[in-house]
Amino acid sequence: MNWIRALGKFTLTTLRGLGEAGVFLVKGFSWAFIPPLKFHRFIKQIQFIGVNSTLIVLLTGAFTGMVLGIQGYYSLKKFGADALLGPAVAISLIRELGPVISALMVTGRAGSALTAEIGIMRISEQIDALEVMALNPFRYLVVPNFLAGIISFPLLASIFNVIGIYGGYLVGVKLLGVSAGGYFGEMRSYVDIQDILDGLYKSLSFGVIMTWICCYKGYNAGYGAEGVSKATTQAVVTSSVLILVWDYFLTSVMF
Amino acid sequence: MIDVIDLHKSFNGFPVLKGISLRVEKGEILALIGKSGYGKSVFLKHIVGLLKGDQGKVLINGEDITTSKGTGLEKLRKKFGFLFQGGALFDSLNIFDNVAFPLREKTRMKETDIRDKVLFELEQVGLQGSEKKYPAEISGGMKKRAAFARSLILDPEIMLFDEPTTGLDPIIANTIHTLIKNIHERLKFTGIIVTHEIPRIFSIVQKVAMLNDGVIIAQGTPQEIQASPHPLVQQFIVGGTEIAEGN
Repeated sequence: MNWIRALGKFTLTTLRGLGEAGVFLVKGFSWAFIPPLKFHRFIKQIQFIGVNSTLIVLLTGAFTGMVLGIQGYYSLKKFGADALLGPAVAISLIRELGPVISALMVTGRAGSALTAEIGIMRISEQIDALEVMALNPFRYLVVPNFLAGIISFPLLASIFNVIGIYGGYLVGVKLLGVSAGGYFGEMRSYVDIQDILDGLYKSLSFGVIMTWICCYKGYNAGYGAEGVSKATTQAVVTSSVLILVWDYFLTSVMF
Repeated sequence: MIDVIDLHKSFNGFPVLKGISLRVEKGEILALIGKSGYGKSVFLKHIVGLLKGDQGKVLINGEDITTSKGTGLEKLRKKFGFLFQGGALFDSLNIFDNVAFPLREKTRMKETDIRDKVLFELEQVGLQGSEKKYPAEISGGMKKRAAFARSLILDPEIMLFDEPTTGLDPIIANTIHTLIKNIHERLKFTGIIVTHEIPRIFSIVQKVAMLNDGVIIAQGTPQEIQASPHPLVQQFIVGGTEIAEGN
């Protein structure tokens, strides 16, 4: 009978956790629409999540594009379609790899730090101090991150796409001999605005997922250094898995 | 005035507060003493509404904070200053900005007036010249004093102190006690101090209560507590041990 009790406890804990996370998301968004916005902190978080992630997004974008260039060239060549390398690289990046890989990279870099920062504020009673001052912690800690995520993720994905397309160009055109006119010309014919919009919608929703999960985990961090470290690990793992699962659902709906 | 009536609180089925009732009159300071881990800080967080009891009332000037929400709760919290055990200073702000934070967020004061008030409060706690330092760059005692200045900046009606001198050397601890006494004379706040500083705290407070196993086992003036026949109270005042002493 112990396993039934354990199963029941696990189910209840999971459901409670999901409910609390859902309420956290709704509260975070509700406060985003109630002025005043903490503008200074909002700008600071755009810098932290967005600007400071540019280098890692440039690096991963370039190499992803270069790999796509090599892989795409040899795959397409088998079918005599190597002239379509440009659109193949562009569509893969814009619709899929740009939003997903940039989101995973930013989650690893900024999401973990976000959870740790809020978690430390929780265990050192800084969040309690805000409440005692009759100030809303959501307005200070959650809303600026939500908004910064929504703005930064699509921009970072766009940077990833552009640099990735150039990475593919370097390998495909400069190394493997695909024609430069074909690479970009075919891209214009095959990539339409809907592909770009779909990619942007995806990265926008990934921005919400990352900031939601990372803020939630930090806000509810357990006691001591161990609590914060556990929260940080859980935040990165949960955000990354959710991003991939949500990506599958969005891709299914968008095609 | 703070009036706590039959306050109960459990965590995961484990009772921490088992029906606490006590009253702190306006302008009075109460010292809450008791063994570590017996719910003194938990009790203090109920007073300001950071935790909600399972049963009972916490009346602040007649208004029940346990049932207050939204703007009602905000209005009640404006009456409070809270000195947290670790100070709870914001790591990302320097000392000046930490102390100025409540003024910038809760008032429409001009920056020049804020500057004057912050420098005045920092001088009161002996931290003039440390405005530009960050919490990570100062000692524990300085953190406590900076946090004290921040909690006082809006001239609170009620001050709550969660172990204000824990971890500090006797000289700094005395400095903090003197500060509390002096500032109480100036602001006449109502206060609760959770502390282990016996008997030093007796010269600052008007009332003492001892919490043990979730209930108040003794309360009264410092003189009454010192004369209490309760063995636990005496053990606490004299400083007895819970384990047999070795040879």
